Amino acid sequence: MATYAAALTLSAWVLAPIALIGLAAVTSREQLYRWPRPFWPQPVTVETLAFFLRQEGVVRALGNSLAVAALTILLATALSAPAGYALARYRFRGRETVQLGLLTTKMFPATALAVPLAVAFLRWGLYDTLVGVALVHTALSVPFVVLIVASVFRGVSVELEEAAMSLGCSRLQAFWKVTLPMALPGLAAAAIFTFILSWNEVFAATLLTVNHRTLPAFLVHSVVAEGAPLHFRYAGGFFLVLPALVIIFLIRRYLLTLWGVTVR
Amino acid sequence: MAEIRLERLHKRFGRVVAVREVSLEVRDGEFVVLLGPSGCGKTTVLRMVAGLEVPDGGRVWIGGRDVTRLAPGRRDVGMVFQSYALFPHMRVFDNVAFGLRMRGVPRAEQVRRVREVSELLQIEDLLDRYPAQLSGGQRQRVAVARALVIRPQVLLMDEPLSNLDALLRMQFRAELKRLHREVGSTTLYVTHDQVEAMSLGDRVAVMREGEVVQFDTPANIYEHPATRFVGAFLGNPPMNFLPAVVRWEGHEPWLQVGEARFAAPREYCQALRERRDEEVLVGIRPEHVVLGTGPLEGEVLVEEVLGPQKLLTVRTLGHLLKVTVSSQASVRPGDRVPLDLPEAGIRLMDPRTEQALDRSRNRAAVSGNPGPLV
Amino acid sequence: MSDGGHQQTKRSQPVTPYLLVLPSAAYLAVFVLYPMLHAVLLSITEPRTGTLTLEHLRRMVTDLHFWPALRYTVLITALAVPAQVALALAMALLVQTRFPGHPYFLYVCAIPLAVSDLAAGLIWLSLFTERGYLNAILLRVGLLSSPFNFLSYESPGWLVGAIVATEVWRATAIVMVVLVAGLQLIPRDYAETAAVFGASPWRVLWHVTLPLLRPSLQTALIIRTVLAFQLFATVVTLSGRLVPVLAGETYFWYSLYRNPHVASAYATLVLLLSAAVTWVYLHTLRTPEEAA
Repeated sequence: MATYAAALTLSAWVLAPIALIGLAAVTSREQLYRWPRPFWPQPVTVETLAFFLRQEGVVRALGNSLAVAALTILLATALSAPAGYALARYRFRGRETVQLGLLTTKMFPATALAVPLAVAFLRWGLYDTLVGVALVHTALSVPFVVLIVASVFRGVSVELEEAAMSLGCSRLQAFWKVTLPMALPGLAAAAIFTFILSWNEVFAATLLTVNHRTLPAFLVHSVVAEGAPLHFRYAGGFFLVLPALVIIFLIRRYLLTLWGVTVR
Repeated sequence: MAEIRLERLHKRFGRVVAVREVSLEVRDGEFVVLLGPSGCGKTTVLRMVAGLEVPDGGRVWIGGRDVTRLAPGRRDVGMVFQSYALFPHMRVFDNVAFGLRMRGVPRAEQVRRVREVSELLQIEDLLDRYPAQLSGGQRQRVAVARALVIRPQVLLMDEPLSNLDALLRMQFRAELKRLHREVGSTTLYVTHDQVEAMSLGDRVAVMREGEVVQFDTPANIYEHPATRFVGAFLGNPPMNFLPAVVRWEGHEPWLQVGEARFAAPREYCQALRERRDEEVLVGIRPEHVVLGTGPLEGEVLVEEVLGPQKLLTVRTLGHLLKVTVSSQASVRPGDRVPLDLPEAGIRLMDPRTEQALDRSRNRAAVSGNPGPLV
Repeated sequence: MSDGGHQQTKRSQPVTPYLLVLPSAAYLAVFVLYPMLHAVLLSITEPRTGTLTLEHLRRMVTDLHFWPALRYTVLITALAVPAQVALALAMALLVQTRFPGHPYFLYVCAIPLAVSDLAAGLIWLSLFTERGYLNAILLRVGLLSSPFNFLSYESPGWLVGAIVATEVWRATAIVMVVLVAGLQLIPRDYAETAAVFGASPWRVLWHVTLPLLRPSLQTALIIRTVLAFQLFATVVTLSGRLVPVLAGETYFWYSLYRNPHVASAYATLVLLLSAAVTWVYLHTLRTPEEAA
């Protein structure tokens, strides 16, 4: 009994704010500013959301976020997959060092990276470009994705590859025909993890963009530098949260594999 | 010709030597079993024959070709893994046909050969299913089919029966024997189960700590183990061992066990000549120990009924002996009984090296080395 | 990875794993290690001449926002992290009891994994603003007669409280997932043995489960504390610059004052704090060999 009570309380605590922002997003501007604010919008309206989307730069920012996320997924997967395979399948000298290195890189804050990279990007012509942001997001996600991919590959028994090899495959063929198809769900989950990381990344995106802002960068700028109105902010929050919510639901079976990968 | 020849194979992992100078020969069409406890190196040897491990020293020959450095896919071997390793994302048909596809066999031919081998292994009804839908026994059959369909020069099996329950295991042993008779491929089989080894192998190589300790027919190994280890490892219950002293009376050697006197088997005469008054180890199997008469006295401690026989634990001279008697025997725990060790059942070993003493008749079967390779 | 027909020569380490790891290692060296060093360099170098200088550090330390930023960052971290760990532990243990419906519970509690600190700030903004939901509830319940301004400079305590609450709400999920994964690694035998020997559930928790959970706890604490030092968007959304924090100052010095050197100084400070705290965690929560 106590278990249920505790579980329900905690669930309510987690869900309430999300429910509220959802409600706020479909409440009219007039009702949002009324005192006291009604909980249930009457009527439910897309006025606030439409207002947000109509603001200059918003749709572009949404597109930018998607583009950066897509680039990041491609780049991060391309870099991490081979490294993850190496960690999973080979016992080589320096393996521990690699794992330790990855762990430490994870602890380097985006805060500390963003400033020097901004300076460097200015010199390299990457400042205020989507590619630049994607490069930084890749750097932030690779330490995680390598470990995720390694655990995915480890989950595919090496004997399957050996069986394929004994039947005439080279190592590469065995990987392609046997390991990869079986690893696809896990790799897809890793890609989704990368999406969430990139979509949500605030600090570096804010620092590194001016005209090509991602959604978080756009919102920070609007809130801090331009003092955007409240209903604008609520709508912004809603759009930030929505895709990630849907995605977490889709990959709920992999949650432990993905985020629990940091456990030694 | 598809014989296998291993020439002084050597493999270490880090500081551990897994395989130490192993030399072996498997004749064409022969079924050879690598038998030994876990960690003895048998699987490593098999993997080196398959090409899944590269030896640090020595060479592997298959069908007269030096394949030591050749990739597994190029060696024309078929392998059955302990866990079967069936590709979960393919149907049974595609699993079995996989090797054929890799070899570029045309589709029609693939279908024909898969059907042929499916009949042999009685899996015709399973071809459309996925491995997850099969029982352990069925998976095992598919794994064997997959290895056989490519008609390899050599068949390698890594403890294929160990994941099956006892009843299935027995059934499959007979199946494998039947298959081998029909297909006749050269087979190298790894197991830690000595019953499997004895029943399946034409010859058995007993391994321990990376070395081949004895390589001979099952009968010879059972009758004349080369070391104490082999004697104890094969046979269930294992061989008994008692310390004895060699005595000579005129030209006749005899063995002193405690205060009792036992005749020494003729074959050891030569070897015993140099061991007057020295210690020696007497090995005798439980089924050879005679109860009811004899110069030794023992106390029956435990009686285990095993169906057609009874297994007794008897204490004599501070040692515990296992003795099998017929289930009709009227011996009870607590009884004091006389014991005899008949000459025919006695095997002698050096107490220090634990090697069997030379029997003047047949020297080759005692050592692990089948002689220099040409 | 293709071997062609032959494998590598004996006695030589296969080169393949190194080749596979090289791209990511090189990438991280360029985009993480190099900027790290560059950040430190920026904070102590004179922009035009390139000589070493402490000028930027001096400017940072003497800025009127510096000490408050440092204090607030540490304060928020010190309040938020223990709360997160306690709540996450409660959640993880509840999940571990496997009560009917526990997968849904796990999913619900994991939802904040998808929420960034910016989104969390905006969400809780809707709660804490003067005409926000919190005030509306309090009014309806009768605890208030007129809206209370949680987010004004007149009530710094409430302001920090709002920030801490938001951060706890958001980041508990991360800790929870790590702990659930860690709990699953602990074989049930230990707890069952303890129970058979007469330990009550609380004692089993204290003497068996928690010690075995130490590696996961250590990992979770390190991750969360380091990330808490970087908290930016939540603070800025809820309080603007009323509550300065180190990451916020980094942002302002770069974007507003256009001074990458002082910004780097702040960034380096965050880095050093993270390293120090990690070191402390690793040493005080040193895991006994057997529990590993």
